[in-house]
Amino acid sequence: MKFNRRAFIGTAAAAASTFAAPLLVRADGHAKPRVVIVGGGAGGATAARYIAKDSNGEIDVTLIEPTRTYYTCFFSNLYLGGFRSMESLGHSYGTLAGEYGINVVHDWATGVDRDAKTVATAGGHTIPYDRLILSPGIDFVDGAVAGWDVTSQNAMPHAYKAGSQTELLRAQIEAMPQGGTYAMVAPPNPFRCPPGPYERVSMVAHMLKETNPTAKILIADPKEKFSKQGLFEAGWNDHYAGMIERVGPDFGGDNVEVDPNAMTLSIDGDVTNVDVCNVIPAMKAGKIAEIAGITEGNWAPVNAADLSSKMDENIHVLGDACAQGDMPKSGFSANSQAKVCANAVRGALTGSTVFPARFANTCWSLIDTNDGVKVGASYEATDEKIAKVDGFISEVGESAEVRQATFEESVGWYDGITADMFG
Amino acid sequence: MKSVVSYIMAVSTVAIAAVAHAEVGGDATRGEDLYRQCASCHQIGADAVDRVGPQLNGIFDRAAGQSDGFRYSRGMERAAAGGLVWTYDTLDAYIEDPRSLVSNTRMSFRGLEEQQDRDDVLAYLRLFSDNPRDIPESAPTAAAIDHEVAPEILAIVGDPAYGEYLSGECTACHQTSGAASGIPSITHWPSEDFVIAMHAYKDGVRLHPVMQMMAGRLSNEEIAALAAYFKDIE
Repeated sequence: MKFNRRAFIGTAAAAASTFAAPLLVRADGHAKPRVVIVGGGAGGATAARYIAKDSNGEIDVTLIEPTRTYYTCFFSNLYLGGFRSMESLGHSYGTLAGEYGINVVHDWATGVDRDAKTVATAGGHTIPYDRLILSPGIDFVDGAVAGWDVTSQNAMPHAYKAGSQTELLRAQIEAMPQGGTYAMVAPPNPFRCPPGPYERVSMVAHMLKETNPTAKILIADPKEKFSKQGLFEAGWNDHYAGMIERVGPDFGGDNVEVDPNAMTLSIDGDVTNVDVCNVIPAMKAGKIAEIAGITEGNWAPVNAADLSSKMDENIHVLGDACAQGDMPKSGFSANSQAKVCANAVRGALTGSTVFPARFANTCWSLIDTNDGVKVGASYEATDEKIAKVDGFISEVGESAEVRQATFEESVGWYDGITADMFG
Repeated sequence: MKSVVSYIMAVSTVAIAAVAHAEVGGDATRGEDLYRQCASCHQIGADAVDRVGPQLNGIFDRAAGQSDGFRYSRGMERAAAGGLVWTYDTLDAYIEDPRSLVSNTRMSFRGLEEQQDRDDVLAYLRLFSDNPRDIPESAPTAAAIDHEVAPEILAIVGDPAYGEYLSGECTACHQTSGAASGIPSITHWPSEDFVIAMHAYKDGVRLHPVMQMMAGRLSNEEIAALAAYFKDIE
């Protein structure tokens, strides 16, 4: 899409003056337009902050997020590898509430009444909105891995929502007997953080190499290929030779059953005793998207230009939960989408200038100490989807200096994106 | 207050530890070579002016944060208020690891690990402090320009409001506070330096893949808009 900025701004300004009056009718007869955001992660926290910051008090922003301290899923693998503390991944909503005037409600959103334009919470509140932004992340598909459900996540953790599950997984790995087996059931596409399971394998291998060098890592993977595969496999060969075995679908990696009581993993009928079993099931949009009735299959389809739901123009869906096209499900993507959405929502509610959508993503992964790699791309909005424009990926055989600089850059990015999310 | 106290202690410890090598002296010629990595932000020599970083003429024995008109980071202002003076020892500590001496400095420099490298750079810097009358009457010895950008592109006046929107792509990594570790600060850069740097990425002269991708799809007007925004960002 070719775009002329001058013409665009002219049009937007004209539209703002023409339509300013009807915009004054608000939910509930409230004086200011209300935006309610469900989910305080990379998508929701960023959207809340940008709308509050840029609307200069013209929009009431409510953020519904159950946890008081948010632990980022990104970099939680580095906690498993011993490179980060859990505290360093935790963030409070104090700045968003105190400095940005966002009404932070620590509660679960349990219902959406799209006709009345209200959100119901587990605490019994009904919160009206003019625009609703859902950024609920992921939930797991029931029955995705035979023998596993949420009641067995203590025996076989997913650790794919950061926090107690991640700490549990690390404790289990630390308790493995010498020469024991860590197994991972990898998820099918599409899923949160495409390089995530493989960075995790790298971090687990890093930890085992130091404390339990005869241990084995077994991956059952339903996918033929995975993100940064060449980089990871070369890295595993360099740093962890002989430790990691991956069984792809050609050898039954897509035909898996677990027994959390017996601690066994069956791959294509072949049963293995394992000491740790990290089950990462197939994923779907966070439950509230389904409850709102805006999902199709496992995800919520959205329009590329403003992340609005294809089923309800007053609802936007960000991050992992939405089906938008080419962007991977990542914190970086959610943060990028949130800024486009925030700009569009402000424009719709206050007549502020709406600039054209533009998106980007970069995913860094750590393979071993100071061995960082990255993949990234830029994206634009087309009529059908968010479409990839250009991209890059680290190369196999880069110098140690480049890999170290990539890792240091990822640490800088972590500080940057969390400042962008939480202020 | 605590930070100031601990900072003064840090400086005095450094001073004691550093006395031993202060006498050694470095090789200013080698230092000039090493200074190239500093020159992308700091000018030095005749007519040197503040750019991304302050000019460094007469830096020895100057109190920190004193180059007129330069907008220092809060970290540097705090250090200056705490009495930091640039001596051989404090400069040595600073270029070894900027953030360990001045937390929250915007100086995005990983530091020179080798004592010899630091001695050589400081020997070079000293040429512009000890004997200011000897500074040649030519263009600044070290200027930031690493890429030619057409004057009509440099002349574009950017729209900071548009820049603010576009900056969302920058602030996923670059912190607006100017804090920098692993990812450099771009806060309060002079517009011209910003525009030149972005065109250098866009034209493939600077090599970072993320920045090449980001700059590659920005128009001349968009780059100017970003430069206008980051120049005066609060």
